[in-house]
Amino acid sequence: MPSALINVPAKAKRGEIIEIKTLMSHIMETGYRRTATGEIIPRDIITSFACRYNGVEIFRADLFPAIAANPFITFTTVATESGKFEFEWIGDRGFSETASASIIVE
Amino acid sequence: MKFARTIAIAALLTAAGIGSLAATEIPQAERRSGFSFMSPDTKAIQNDDTANPGMLSVLDGEKLWNSNANPTNKACAGCHYDVGAMKGVAARYPAFDKTLGRPINLEQRINLCRVQHQQATPLPYESRDLLALTAYVAEQSRGMPITAGSDPQLQPFVAKGFELFMHRQGQLNLACANCHDDNWDKHLAGSAITQAQPTGYPLYRLEWQSLGSLQRRLRNCMIGTRAQPYDYGAPELVELELYLMSRAQGMPIETPAVRP
Amino acid sequence: MDKPTDATRRQFLAITGSAALLAVTLRPAEATPAMLTSAIRNVVGSAVVQTGKVKLDIPPLVENGNTVPMTVSVTSPMTPEDYVKSIHVFNEKNPQPNIGNFYLGPRAGRAQVSTRIRLADSQKIVAIARLSDGSFWSVSADVIVTLAACTEEVD
Repeated sequence: MPSALINVPAKAKRGEIIEIKTLMSHIMETGYRRTATGEIIPRDIITSFACRYNGVEIFRADLFPAIAANPFITFTTVATESGKFEFEWIGDRGFSETASASIIVE
Repeated sequence: MKFARTIAIAALLTAAGIGSLAATEIPQAERRSGFSFMSPDTKAIQNDDTANPGMLSVLDGEKLWNSNANPTNKACAGCHYDVGAMKGVAARYPAFDKTLGRPINLEQRINLCRVQHQQATPLPYESRDLLALTAYVAEQSRGMPITAGSDPQLQPFVAKGFELFMHRQGQLNLACANCHDDNWDKHLAGSAITQAQPTGYPLYRLEWQSLGSLQRRLRNCMIGTRAQPYDYGAPELVELELYLMSRAQGMPIETPAVRP
Repeated sequence: MDKPTDATRRQFLAITGSAALLAVTLRPAEATPAMLTSAIRNVVGSAVVQTGKVKLDIPPLVENGNTVPMTVSVTSPMTPEDYVKSIHVFNEKNPQPNIGNFYLGPRAGRAQVSTRIRLADSQKIVAIARLSDGSFWSVSADVIVTLAACTEEVD
């Protein structure tokens, strides 16, 4: 299972805007590189990323080959209630990974 | 004539100890890590453990540390227990191996453990697993000063590494010293020339888009000078590693570093 | 076979020279300004794109085109009545014009996204924000990309 690094504050005040940082291990092969003998190396990228906060989608992204290897995506959300963030990465060749992080909102 | 002078310098270095000044050696007070040559944006990537792609390899290494190398045998954790026991290890590698009678680097030490104590096959150089384990072990030394090369048994090998560092090679007829001792802080095309202090290996090189070892970087440099690079694991590369680490003595380990 | 005379050889070289030039300009592995415009049109449709509100934080001179940190932010109260629906980032000279689409909403609190992108060459980056009222706002930035001095051969 490829590694992912998630940075979500453990605690936040209700209404506070928090920053969520995500880093997923993935080669993001563009599909434009060639081997030494000239064959195209086929595309293999993460195509979409989504984040759900207690089941509700709060952020989504479409990724293209121009996103650097080991995609790093940072976004914000308003801390509304304690619970769980669920992250999902989907890509070529059936790539599908999830991660989660909890938060206490007081 | 040049050969005789190289031997003379090597002898001077061997006799007087590591700290002595050779012809163009960088003064101790002016030594700088490759980190200081980078743009603020790249520095920020290294400084944030949740943004540093090298940390993904450290996480992979943690899983490997705790998993069995071979279905019937122990994991690293089986003998070494907690990885905290590895504090300071990377800072003193390459180290002298009594059985082989020569220095070995951290990757070779890990593979020796696998073969001798885990009854497993050695991991190929630059493989994802070997890099992950090396990064996991080396990260334990993060912040600690480099001590490699102090062992008196290593002196002849440090001297050999120094010779390699000073000797011109390849179609471009360049020695490591020409750029990294004499011209650091100038630029080669768009890239800053650093002092070649290996404080952060294995590191995430943006050019490679992955983690890589010091040996990979040395081979990369040799290809850059249009020289035939030594094979992975070659004694010359270990001697060069040893010399470079001893030249960086006292500087803190930064593994996993990020470099452009 | 007779050796070609100087005159015919010059003609031959002139023909192959222009043929080579033709091949280079027809090379498909590079986005053109037309591809960038049509990629933007796919998102924006026939609506007018105004300049402003969007800020693109990207180093003007990148250390390595493989990993360029980029932050896009939009001035917006991010309330349910007035928020940023999505941000779309494009480039000029990579093989493909799209870089990423980011979908926000009033729960975002702040319209700001950071990521790291790849740039094949010195070029212009364009970021377009779609607001909840249907309007589009854009900004562009020029980035200089240099190649690494010593690269590895592919073994």
